[in-house]
Amino acid sequence: MSTPVLDVRGLAYAYPDGHQALFGVDLHVHEGERVALLGPNGAGKTTLVLHLNGILTAGAGSVSVSGLPVQKSHLQEIRRRVGVVFQDPDDQLFMPTVRQDVAFGPANHGVRGAELDRRVLDALDRVGMADFVDRPPHHLSFGQRRRVAVATVLAMEPEILVLDEPSSNLDPASRRELADIMRSLDVTVLMVTHDLPYALELCPRSVVLHDGVVAADGATLEMLTDAELMRANRLELPFGFDPAAAAAARDAAIGSLSD
Amino acid sequence: MGAGHGHRLHYHGHSRLHRAPAHLKLVALVGFMLVVVATPRELYPVFGGYALLLVAVIASTGVPFGYIGKRMVVEVPFVLFAVLMPFVATGPRTEVLGLSLSEPGLLAAWGLLAKATIGVAASLTLAATTEPLDLLRGLQRLRVPDLIVQIMAFMVRYLDVVTAEMGRMLTGMRSRGCDPRSPRHWPLLARSVGALFIRSYERGERVHLAMLSRGYDGTFRL
Repeated sequence: MSTPVLDVRGLAYAYPDGHQALFGVDLHVHEGERVALLGPNGAGKTTLVLHLNGILTAGAGSVSVSGLPVQKSHLQEIRRRVGVVFQDPDDQLFMPTVRQDVAFGPANHGVRGAELDRRVLDALDRVGMADFVDRPPHHLSFGQRRRVAVATVLAMEPEILVLDEPSSNLDPASRRELADIMRSLDVTVLMVTHDLPYALELCPRSVVLHDGVVAADGATLEMLTDAELMRANRLELPFGFDPAAAAAARDAAIGSLSD
Repeated sequence: MGAGHGHRLHYHGHSRLHRAPAHLKLVALVGFMLVVVATPRELYPVFGGYALLLVAVIASTGVPFGYIGKRMVVEVPFVLFAVLMPFVATGPRTEVLGLSLSEPGLLAAWGLLAKATIGVAASLTLAATTEPLDLLRGLQRLRVPDLIVQIMAFMVRYLDVVTAEMGRMLTGMRSRGCDPRSPRHWPLLARSVGALFIRSYERGERVHLAMLSRGYDGTFRL
């Protein structure tokens, strides 16, 4: 098989205060995949994400991105390859205008002039926010800010898009719009979430992280219908949600699109 | 959050002062303030002249006087200090309404009040006629060190976020039956300001992480 975009082997990490969050995580994501990383609060999901672009350094084990190991010497290239969208868009959007914010990443990687403008407009276009290019981010609605946050990362043309709780705090319409955007993107995605219906809708494959290890890895639908596995990992479906029916509806929608 | 376009200090308009380049306005404000501060406080009519000039400028911008007046409350701490001065200063004393006041103290209080009032009103006029973003660009054009401009840009960006957070904390208190108005509640308010500081500090760390994730290495390249 080809080199995985994301290759995590035996990753362990303890915070400086001694609290150990990860106990040997193995995870592979291949090009073009959309994978959900599921797990209850405190499972170590965010800690894992911070290892993927070298914000945290592995205590043991290794992370490589398209064959390039995450090490101090080429952090810039790693951070270009791995685009992380954080949970709170107010943390991600810190520049005075949307244009400057989306340009921040590519400018740090040496993109200038016309190419920079093209990247900014292209990224905003892909999330349907091109009309807001000269607005200050804090004047946008929460859903719009989340979409601009995705654009700030798309502008770096990453090899893998990592989203931390992309559906949190979104109203149903914004949530659906973001799902449409994610489906339209031709990019490898790792989506960290405990929104199980969202995982089922967008990601054919899921990985369950529990107590700092990978507890399960497989097809999302099989996982959500495995009551034993769900209970063991503190995962619960929303009241009245039937994964099998939802998956059938999803497949029907995809089928009607391809007709 | 995200509501209310423009800034609370900015008053939308199209007067000549609104349209003037921000860096010229900044230079004019600083120059004016230096002159005001350097004026000996005994030259009472000159301060009258400054005040008239300021009133004329504000009138020309179309910003209502009430708009500036309401925002002058930031001066209150200085006023309190000025009011105290005639009581605590030494030197020859004089009788005013049966109170024994220090003459140099009265003069110092007058100087402080006059200069502070003119300064605050002039600064508010600049803020009312200039968008925060233009102010930052003006500072950049005046070659103010980049780091300082960036820190100010972050302040402008996050002021609303932090204010909204404080608002939510107050709402949280009110919903649990504590309306923090009386001095009795000051310790509580102080604690929540402390909490707000820690939250903002943590947000600062998260913003920094988000910047690092997009390849920030200490220099802005825009």
